[in-house]
Amino acid sequence: MASDAVAISRTEVEDRPWVDTLHEWVTTVDHKRIGLLYILFALVFLVIAGLEALVIRIQLMYPHNDFVSPQVFNRMFTMHGTTMIFFFAMPILFGFGNYLVPLMIGARDMAFPRLNAFSFWLSALGGFLLYFSFLGGSGLYGAGSAPDVGWWAYAPLTARAFSPGSSTDYWTIAVLVSGFGSIGTAVNLIATILCMRCPGMTLGRMPLLSWLYLTMSGLALIGITPLSAAQLMLLVDRYLGGHFFDTQAGGSATLWMHFFWIFGHPEVYILVIPAFAFMSEIIPVFSRKPIFGYPVMVAATVCIAFVSMSVWAHHMFTIGMNSYANSFFAITTMAVGVPTGIKIFNWLGTMWGGRIQFKTPMLFAIAFLFQFLIAGLTGIIQAAVPFDWQLSLSYFVVAHFHYVIVGGILFAIFAAFYYWYPKVTGRMLSERLGTLHFWLFVIGFHLTFDPMHFAGLLGMPRRIYTFEPGRGWDAINLIVSIGAFIQAVGILVFVANLILSYWKGARAGNDPWDAWTLEWLTSSPPPAYNFASIPTIASRRPLWDLKHPEDPDSRYE
Amino acid sequence: MSTFAPPIVEPTFDTAGVWSLPSRGKVGMASLIVAESAIFTIFVVAYLYYLGKSLSGPTPRQVLEVPIFYTFCLLSSSLTIHYAGKSLERDKKRAFLGLWLLTIVLGGLFMFGTAREWYRLIYEHGLTIATNLFGTTYYSLVGLHAFHVTAGLIMLSIVLAFSLAGRVTPRHFGRIDVLALYWHFVDAVWVVVFTVVYVIGR
Amino acid sequence: MTGDTVTITSIFAPETTPARSIYDLSMFVMVITAIIFVVVGGLLLYSIVKFRGKAADANREPAQVYGSMQIELAWTVIPILIVVVLFLATARVIHAVQDAPKPSTAIDVTAIGHQFWWEFRYPQLGIVTANELHIPVGDTSRPRPTFLKLLSADTDHSFWIPQLGGKTDLIPNHPNEMWMDPRRTGVFLGQCAQYCGTQHGKMLLRVSVDSAEDFEAWVRAQQQAATLDSAASAGRRVFETTACINCHAVRGTAANGRFGPDLTHLMSRSTIASGAAANTPDILRLWIQNPDTIKPGSLMPPMQLSERDLNALVGYLETLR
Repeated sequence: MASDAVAISRTEVEDRPWVDTLHEWVTTVDHKRIGLLYILFALVFLVIAGLEALVIRIQLMYPHNDFVSPQVFNRMFTMHGTTMIFFFAMPILFGFGNYLVPLMIGARDMAFPRLNAFSFWLSALGGFLLYFSFLGGSGLYGAGSAPDVGWWAYAPLTARAFSPGSSTDYWTIAVLVSGFGSIGTAVNLIATILCMRCPGMTLGRMPLLSWLYLTMSGLALIGITPLSAAQLMLLVDRYLGGHFFDTQAGGSATLWMHFFWIFGHPEVYILVIPAFAFMSEIIPVFSRKPIFGYPVMVAATVCIAFVSMSVWAHHMFTIGMNSYANSFFAITTMAVGVPTGIKIFNWLGTMWGGRIQFKTPMLFAIAFLFQFLIAGLTGIIQAAVPFDWQLSLSYFVVAHFHYVIVGGILFAIFAAFYYWYPKVTGRMLSERLGTLHFWLFVIGFHLTFDPMHFAGLLGMPRRIYTFEPGRGWDAINLIVSIGAFIQAVGILVFVANLILSYWKGARAGNDPWDAWTLEWLTSSPPPAYNFASIPTIASRRPLWDLKHPEDPDSRYE
Repeated sequence: MSTFAPPIVEPTFDTAGVWSLPSRGKVGMASLIVAESAIFTIFVVAYLYYLGKSLSGPTPRQVLEVPIFYTFCLLSSSLTIHYAGKSLERDKKRAFLGLWLLTIVLGGLFMFGTAREWYRLIYEHGLTIATNLFGTTYYSLVGLHAFHVTAGLIMLSIVLAFSLAGRVTPRHFGRIDVLALYWHFVDAVWVVVFTVVYVIGR
Repeated sequence: MTGDTVTITSIFAPETTPARSIYDLSMFVMVITAIIFVVVGGLLLYSIVKFRGKAADANREPAQVYGSMQIELAWTVIPILIVVVLFLATARVIHAVQDAPKPSTAIDVTAIGHQFWWEFRYPQLGIVTANELHIPVGDTSRPRPTFLKLLSADTDHSFWIPQLGGKTDLIPNHPNEMWMDPRRTGVFLGQCAQYCGTQHGKMLLRVSVDSAEDFEAWVRAQQQAATLDSAASAGRRVFETTACINCHAVRGTAANGRFGPDLTHLMSRSTIASGAAANTPDILRLWIQNPDTIKPGSLMPPMQLSERDLNALVGYLETLR
């Protein structure tokens, strides 16, 4: 059985005019190409949002700095948050899902290839709209520019009275449109995973990545749509004279908060669950052992998804809910820490007794484990509601969620890049540059986000364009800013690695890591049709069964 | 590793030895329905939360008339689309066409009823989306539903056109069934909206 | 005013009962999470050292272990127990702070958040002031806690003085309550914690906790109508015939604007523009003429007065003690 691609000579490939190649990419419905489009698109926005972060950090290097005006600063933090969540993290994770899921379940493409392309282009349109606001956001009122209402766009700050011009509308419509794209991809992933697995791959034999993307997509269906609904309501308020969030007409500002966070909390699980998926594929391979407790990992993930729908108001502990409501959200928030902790313990159990190889993917995975542990613990700390009355809306929260999203999710994404780049391109990423990237980023990350916790403990609130001297925040902010620049250098090294290795990297072959899931069965890069013939499998690690026919996994499952 | 022997296979298939998975269309439509339900839920929550909280203007009890007839039309259209599907399955093309057309007519009647009600509310009672909290939440919720009915009617009309051109055969039953699932969802949402707006809300 | 100004606004230097309860809970929670970190982190560290792959083992795979139900049970039950303990400790403090009864000796203050300043009204005492709050110190024999009612005139804000307690938001159409019973005198700093627009960053807070005598003196002074100094009548005329009275109030005169801070006793405050600048004649002058140099984006318009009018106006404001 040949699963390799038919070799095509280089001259045949190079003779095509570049316009044809461009056309092919723009009109593609191939899940691998769409996945790569998502990933490239996301990387561009990572850099843009990163520059916005650097502007923020330069402004906050010293008290009473005037590198940018308060108006520009407020746009910077709004755009940084909105871009990172909706135009970096979501697309890159959907991109990886798009590329990997069909390969890992032995399918030829996603269930709905054209919907797949449509979803990507919706997200692209959203990103374009958001950034067009710099030009078009002043609208007829001559006021505004890019949105400056924070990425949560709390009411009534978003009402016409307080946000004239169209800047808020660019936020609303860009995120709304890309939200529909995300729903489309979620529908696609669910249909693909439930309906297109190769013969023998029961749900109990799917790779964990597949289970986690299934869960994440289900969560996306009911997590993203509340924001879409709230944004439609906001548009009704701003354009049709509606009163959904109009406090002057008896409307409720807290209703927006509830709707937003009913989206907002599941959203962070939508982001972290794929990160868990990458870890669950990478850690076993580099520990040379199967994942510890596969059924429990599945159960814990599904449990996390359900419980995460019940914790949203822990972002609202200071708004004046009564003590019973506060207590309810305290217990649910603490409860969601239990299955999350179980996952960390299972990764520990996977490494335990293994033979750990410290290749670059594993370096990032190990950093993820420590950093995500800390992030989870600072989350539990904030679940102690009265403590949160001090910590909320301060830099402690900023430190906590960057620990989750950068220290956890971004590190997992880096691990995924180093792990699957050989499959996508047929070349290995440089280990030397990878190690340099890793250490630069670890140092920069900790320099920035460790001291930031203390700024919060010392009373520094969020979203302030400058701060007062003598509060004990001066040295902390300087160190935080220096760390940001070191992380920026790390990103540059990473991008350099991606580009240089494409031409100079060592040839990878089908299975450079000696791994066990189906994507390593086919060539690197895979042919358009993925597999010459769809495999039939008998266990969770089909390639282990192939390589160890005397001791297949199917005997033990 | 460049060549592989086929993996050792001990698969667990069903008793007939066939590897069968659910239909993509059904799963996709079911997922979309779940997502749409979440959107409607948020609008229903806003409607319920704001009941009685308008500071001025008409109240539901003052201006709403229960649309029994048009509700009956819409809910019947679920029956007609169901039997249309059954007819197609049995290759009864004329029955399919007739029942499909009836579904569209019933759905169209429902839209007409909504338009009539809105005309009355706006011009006789002065209730618009900007009047008060009731106006905002009522037009948004009912309007969102009407939008989904309209989208459904457009899709049903496209199928009608294909059917009139003789292009719809029992082979297409799966897709018709998926569209019918959407239409049933739209009706189910109306049951909820009707209860919330015309029963609880008054 | 009385006491020293504490500029380090640490949440770990509590000065009231709610702040103290929060502090005690936070210590308890941090100890538990620190222990968890040491244990789990230690195990992670141990595993990457002990189980690192050595070159000699390159061709042998380690024992392929799939899981263990007993271990899973253990590391499920123990976290659940920890959660129960943390929750009980948390619920107790939530109720203690939020559901505390209000004694009859309490001082009532209504705080109204504006873009980008704080309005403080003392309904029982008939006082209206801005940005700098004065409350009396209490002790166990004579408790005089201050209960704040929190409202907003425009967008969301949040009242946060770390040493005096946790923060509570000021949300339009959603009144909130908080209380504090400081045990020592001093000036405590804080600022708005909920993003409210352009100048959120400079919506600063100053709370002066006064001894009983100082507080009484302050109340009496604030209850007076504005000082009428005939030497400043030219300035007063400028104030009352230009746009100033559209936004500002000076009790006892025709000025009754509510959009901006009450200026009746402007000189009793040590800062202007909600803490953005010191209250000196030069800065006051600059603020009136060109507020954007101090707080760009604040809702105070540049008054565009002639030099003569400006001098007179500042002279008048300086009399509003």
